[in-house]
Amino acid sequence: MNVVAKTETGRALSDAFAVARDRLPGKGKIADQRRQAFDAYERLGLPHRRIEDWKYTDLRALMREVLPLAPAPDAAALGRAAAAVKLRAIDGVRRLVLVDGAFAADLSDLGNLDKGLTIRPLREVLDAGDGALSTQAIATDVSNPMIALNGAMATDGVVIEVADGTVLVQPLHIVHVASGTAPASMFTRSLLRLGRDAGVTLVESYLAGEGAKAYQAHDGLIVSIGDNARLDHVRLIEDSVDAFNISSATVSLGAHAHFNTFGLTSGGHVSRYQLTVTCAGEGSKVETNGVNLINGTQHADTTLFMDHAVPHCASREIFRAVVDDRAHSVFQGRIIVRPDAQKTDAKMMTRALLLSDDAEADNKPELEIFADDVTCGHGATTGALDESLLFYMRARGLPEKEAQALLIQAFVGEAIESIASDALREVAIATAQRWLEARA
Amino acid sequence: MSLLEVKDLQVRVEEREILHGLSLTVNPGQVHAIMGPNGSGKSTLSHVIAGKPGYEVTGGQILFKGEDLLEMEPNERAAKGVFLAFQYPVEIPGVTTWNFLHAALNAQRKARGEDEISSPAFLKKVREVAKSLNIPQDMLKRGVNVGFSGGEKKRNEILQMALFEPAVCILDEMDSGLDIDALRIAADGVNALRSPERAMVVITHYQRLLNYIVPDVVHVMSKGRVVKSGGKELALELEESGYAQFEDAA
Repeated sequence: MNVVAKTETGRALSDAFAVARDRLPGKGKIADQRRQAFDAYERLGLPHRRIEDWKYTDLRALMREVLPLAPAPDAAALGRAAAAVKLRAIDGVRRLVLVDGAFAADLSDLGNLDKGLTIRPLREVLDAGDGALSTQAIATDVSNPMIALNGAMATDGVVIEVADGTVLVQPLHIVHVASGTAPASMFTRSLLRLGRDAGVTLVESYLAGEGAKAYQAHDGLIVSIGDNARLDHVRLIEDSVDAFNISSATVSLGAHAHFNTFGLTSGGHVSRYQLTVTCAGEGSKVETNGVNLINGTQHADTTLFMDHAVPHCASREIFRAVVDDRAHSVFQGRIIVRPDAQKTDAKMMTRALLLSDDAEADNKPELEIFADDVTCGHGATTGALDESLLFYMRARGLPEKEAQALLIQAFVGEAIESIASDALREVAIATAQRWLEARA
Repeated sequence: MSLLEVKDLQVRVEEREILHGLSLTVNPGQVHAIMGPNGSGKSTLSHVIAGKPGYEVTGGQILFKGEDLLEMEPNERAAKGVFLAFQYPVEIPGVTTWNFLHAALNAQRKARGEDEISSPAFLKKVREVAKSLNIPQDMLKRGVNVGFSGGEKKRNEILQMALFEPAVCILDEMDSGLDIDALRIAADGVNALRSPERAMVVITHYQRLLNYIVPDVVHVMSKGRVVKSGGKELALELEESGYAQFEDAA
């Protein structure tokens, strides 16, 4: 029983939802789905440490309340967003920009879409009442309060469909920008459907415009990867260090499909990324890699649920956390191998590097294996930089911070190396480099 | 002026005094050998000169070209021209030798107010040096010392010595773990770097190394002090009679 659901902030959000409802796209069945999702959130409330899944990330203590919806961006806000997007622009991608939770057509590139590629703003899809697509886009796991809230409140996002056999050369880049100077919440939800034999590279990044500080980004991504299709996914959290980023991704793979995902978190005051991956087709392959580079009082949580539902699938997780000052890194990795999933090959390795005495890293690997003919394993280590290596490097002329930077780059290197695209690997390396230079 | 002057150095490690007033003067162009039994404080001396943390200097001083070395960070000492060839060079996985050497050389140049060296110019320089030491190119692409044999690790130390062109080189037990062929290659590398401006301090347990790197001055250390100094013949004498006579003297 959740006796604290009706706190002051709980009531305020309830009112906010009532007010926001008219602004939320989708009528009829979609509106019913939202109502149910909001009711589920209200029953559960903001998650707290007594809920096992949220033990290390107590949103009641860290976030305290969910802020009201951000207003639609005005011209000045769009201008600040455009500047932020430009500063972190990635060459050669098709950019899709969401500003303060609204699709920004002027900042996005929807021209000359490849054959077999469809991109539409979520709002448009929901308003058009596109039955199956709308339902899938707003589908919500009501057992998870933050996913439920995201489903209830999502104002916009992008809906991407890639037809059977379509392999895109140009990566797609969804950029989430907060540009409002008054703290508010953004709720976005995106959907990516890859048909059979399709191939896509998707980059997602989270940025703050000038003056945007203690905002809350609530994002959700739903992905289905068709048989024999491949998705490469790179996620970069570069939010303001006062911001909250509560995101989830739910990915389902068909037979012989391949999902390679890499996430780097260097921004945000509190971030939580919940990734659920289901191997639903035999012979599918998943590589999940992540790096946290955090300092100050940052809190970054990656919670992975790897679901092996069918036989002959393989999954690999490599996670590296570099934690300085009083920052707190959390990695929870749960692998479930269901009774039918024979010949599963699942491995997970997490390592944390603590750069200060007050830094904290929590690793929680969980393996639940119900099949008897599988190869599964996990490992976790936590430690400081090796003093003997540091002295050797300093004795060769490298100042301490530079020596540390080289060792940190080497430490996160294995996870970054997993990015298939040379260009995007360079982007991740440059992002890590910025973090290292900022601490030097 | 002397290049390196150690005066009445007293050093403690965790409440235990290891060096009890050690003095040593090294002039440009000289090769000094420091010999002594295990536990006499030879490696402690090399570590304190390079600035390894964990040693407490309780008395005395170390001057390098007249400057107080003990006031400097290890990286400042390196940039000034002090080089320690490690007894056990560490392995640094994930940091390529090439990248490490380039970063270190540029850090030293930057500290001296010199321009950084570009990648192509560095590549050319390091290739030349590597070739002269019989170091294959692919070793430079591997992680620093990762998977290197004992001989390769020592050659990598000498490669760095050649690249950084230090004024004083401290070679800490360079012969440990080397077979006779590897020892000869390493010693040839060191001898090639002998010059009228550069000094070397060769720390060794055995006389063997000094057949290949012939010293100008030999010091015998025992129980944290230099107990005898002499010419190269002193090393041969030690080989005959052992260290026992000096342990009493200390």
